[in-house]
Amino acid sequence: MLKKILKPFARLFEFQARTHYRMERHSMALTFGIIIAASIGGIVEIAPLFTIDDTVEVDPDMRVYTPLEQAGRDIYIREGCYACHSQMIRTLRDEVERYGPYSLAVESQYDHPMLWGSKRTGPDLARLGDKYSDDWQVRHLVNPRDLVPESVMPQYAFLLEKPLRTDDLSDRLGALRAVGVPYTDDMILNAADDAAGQAFPDGDKADGVTERYGDATAVRYFDGRRDRLTEMDALVAYLQILGKLTDLPAKMQPIAEE
Amino acid sequence: MMSKLTSAERVKAMMITGFGVLVGLLMAIVGRNDPMGAHGWIILFFFGVLFFVVGNALYAQEPTEDRGASYYDDPTKVGIILALLWAVVGMSMGVWVASQLAWPDLRFDAAWSSFGRLRPVHTSGVIFGFGGNALIATSYHIMQRTSRARMPDQISPWFVLLGFNLFCIVAASGYIMGITQSKEYAEPEWYADIWLVVVWVVYFILYMRTLARRNEPHIYVANWYYLSFILVVAILHIVNNLALPASFTGAKSYSLFSGVQDAMTQWWYGHNAVAFFLTTGFLGMLYYFLPKRAERPIYSYRLSILSFWGIVFFYIWVGSHHLHYTALPHWVQTLGMTFSIMLLVPSWASAGNALMTLNGAWHKVRDDATLRFMMVAAVFYGLSTFEGSFMAIRPVNGLSHYTDWTVGHVHSGAMGWVAMITFGSIYALVPVLWRRETMYSWKAVEWHFWLALSGTVIYVFAMWNSGIIQGLMWRTYNEAGTLRYSFVDSLVAMHPYYIARAFGGLLFLTGACICLWNVVMTIRRVPHVAPTLDYPTSSETMEPAVPVAE
Repeated sequence: MLKKILKPFARLFEFQARTHYRMERHSMALTFGIIIAASIGGIVEIAPLFTIDDTVEVDPDMRVYTPLEQAGRDIYIREGCYACHSQMIRTLRDEVERYGPYSLAVESQYDHPMLWGSKRTGPDLARLGDKYSDDWQVRHLVNPRDLVPESVMPQYAFLLEKPLRTDDLSDRLGALRAVGVPYTDDMILNAADDAAGQAFPDGDKADGVTERYGDATAVRYFDGRRDRLTEMDALVAYLQILGKLTDLPAKMQPIAEE
Repeated sequence: MMSKLTSAERVKAMMITGFGVLVGLLMAIVGRNDPMGAHGWIILFFFGVLFFVVGNALYAQEPTEDRGASYYDDPTKVGIILALLWAVVGMSMGVWVASQLAWPDLRFDAAWSSFGRLRPVHTSGVIFGFGGNALIATSYHIMQRTSRARMPDQISPWFVLLGFNLFCIVAASGYIMGITQSKEYAEPEWYADIWLVVVWVVYFILYMRTLARRNEPHIYVANWYYLSFILVVAILHIVNNLALPASFTGAKSYSLFSGVQDAMTQWWYGHNAVAFFLTTGFLGMLYYFLPKRAERPIYSYRLSILSFWGIVFFYIWVGSHHLHYTALPHWVQTLGMTFSIMLLVPSWASAGNALMTLNGAWHKVRDDATLRFMMVAAVFYGLSTFEGSFMAIRPVNGLSHYTDWTVGHVHSGAMGWVAMITFGSIYALVPVLWRRETMYSWKAVEWHFWLALSGTVIYVFAMWNSGIIQGLMWRTYNEAGTLRYSFVDSLVAMHPYYIARAFGGLLFLTGACICLWNVVMTIRRVPHVAPTLDYPTSSETMEPAVPVAE
């Protein structure tokens, strides 16, 4: 019985061995053999993700990151926060109860690159937005152990002192538009002003932010400082928008919301 | 070393390094308002030093020896030393970041010294710095011996080796300055990525040209593996790093892909960096040095073929097992899981082939720590590929993912398999390369072996415990039907294991330092010996320097 089952495999291996024996005398034959064998899996698994429509849900109300939030995201990447924090709630009961509705593909469709992460030394951050106050976030980043004594997270007090660079934000938004994020010319042109405007609600640039990004956009002194725009402003603005670009997950998973 | 270059080659080398200086200067000028400018200065300095070294010897005497009569081993020697230096740097970083998780105050408040910035220095330092240099150096050695032919020229091996190290330096210094595109194991920014493509193309051409000069009709199995390492890493690197720079005067770039497509691409890359950087290249090492050291032929040529094509074909599918239960479509997850399980067949075929080769030489394994390194590497290769297939099963992954179990799995592969086979190969290679009788101290090799083994075991056990505890605590419910533990509870439970892990890593690092010392002392103190049959030959009466497979 076993012999009968294995017989076709034996013939396959026989064929493979004979073919290979001839191939290994020609370096180019090996080269093309390797390229072909190693390409198939990638093509089958990746290419359809771009073409099958229901891979990513559609939400016409999906919002883009403001320049300040995008700058915060770039800081999040720069500091390697993704090494310890995931942004991907899996479809498991305990994760939904701990962190909120499970993550949808649409939520990261403007994330170049994605930050789903692979390790939770700290908790998942996919639904962190508005979970804590700005003040809590700032104090936690300055010294995590002031608020959570057991924490092993590094301190980021220097962000509060470091002025945010805004002169390259137009370039950054422009590059993001080129790879597929729907920023308008207006948004790209005013990126630096909007970044400053979002962190100074009393300033004259604040109105432009809500005009371009919608009335629901949070315009606050994120870092609590009124004298200057810091990297802390950007990072906190980003943390407070996590999970709030679209309300599709909450709509699709009403039970988990209770 | 310069004296072996002809004057034409020296001129060529001066032109290349001079061009490098100009590129560095250009980057320093246009990137002066950006961290990229600092990279410009590093590149300028790197090529500047080389420019002077070559320039100094420009008018030295022409070499007189007949090139066809010997192998070209200088780049191999430098590569081995560089690999060991990177090992010490990379593993020190590992011990430091591991200690930060146990004692967060070891961060010392500087911006550059946080876990997030240092972790990629550790991963890139050991994978690319240590592993990459070891792969390049051993491939130079093996491709010449198994082809019984010298490398075709003397510039391109240096270009590949030193160019690759420049990539590693730019990568590691970049992370510390905060230059990263956040793609795991592919963090360097666009200009470093482009440079690596140039280096890699030259590497491939060098390999093919050496094979074309071979005096053996067949290409030996180790070369298949090195070839697949070079080719597939090129494909993975290029596709995964497709990105648009925000401007050409700054380091920041944005990935062409986003969200779910980017996740799949990153893990297609990420898991196949494990496959084609950390597995096939090192299997090439195993297939040459293990039979050579054991003085036994490879057990089965058929198994080599089966496992080679199995690994090349199956591995590429399995990346999606990193994304179980995520927003990645279910069919891709299932494909990844299925192929991960099938992958066990070729993986164990390789491990079994290696262990069966040792039949008849087990007394040597007992007496010779160098061969024992290779034997333990094959065992850990078998263990961690089994663990990997197991963890790729969706419900198992539900527990293990995001926890330290994954970290433990990676390290059982990286320390137990990759580093062990590398150290074994280095101990086998150094006396041959430098024409010495033996290593300086066999006792030091024994010490290194036991330190490395106990370090790995402590590390892996600590991470198994912490990972499984963590995973279970996250999903434990109390009688009322609510979650029993807060996240902080699970973090507190990790503390003792994090200390144990740092200790295991420290033992492993100590072993690597001993290895570096032993190699340096071998070069400096051990008497010369003339090797037999270590030269290119096309004559059939001269025994080939390779163990004949079957």
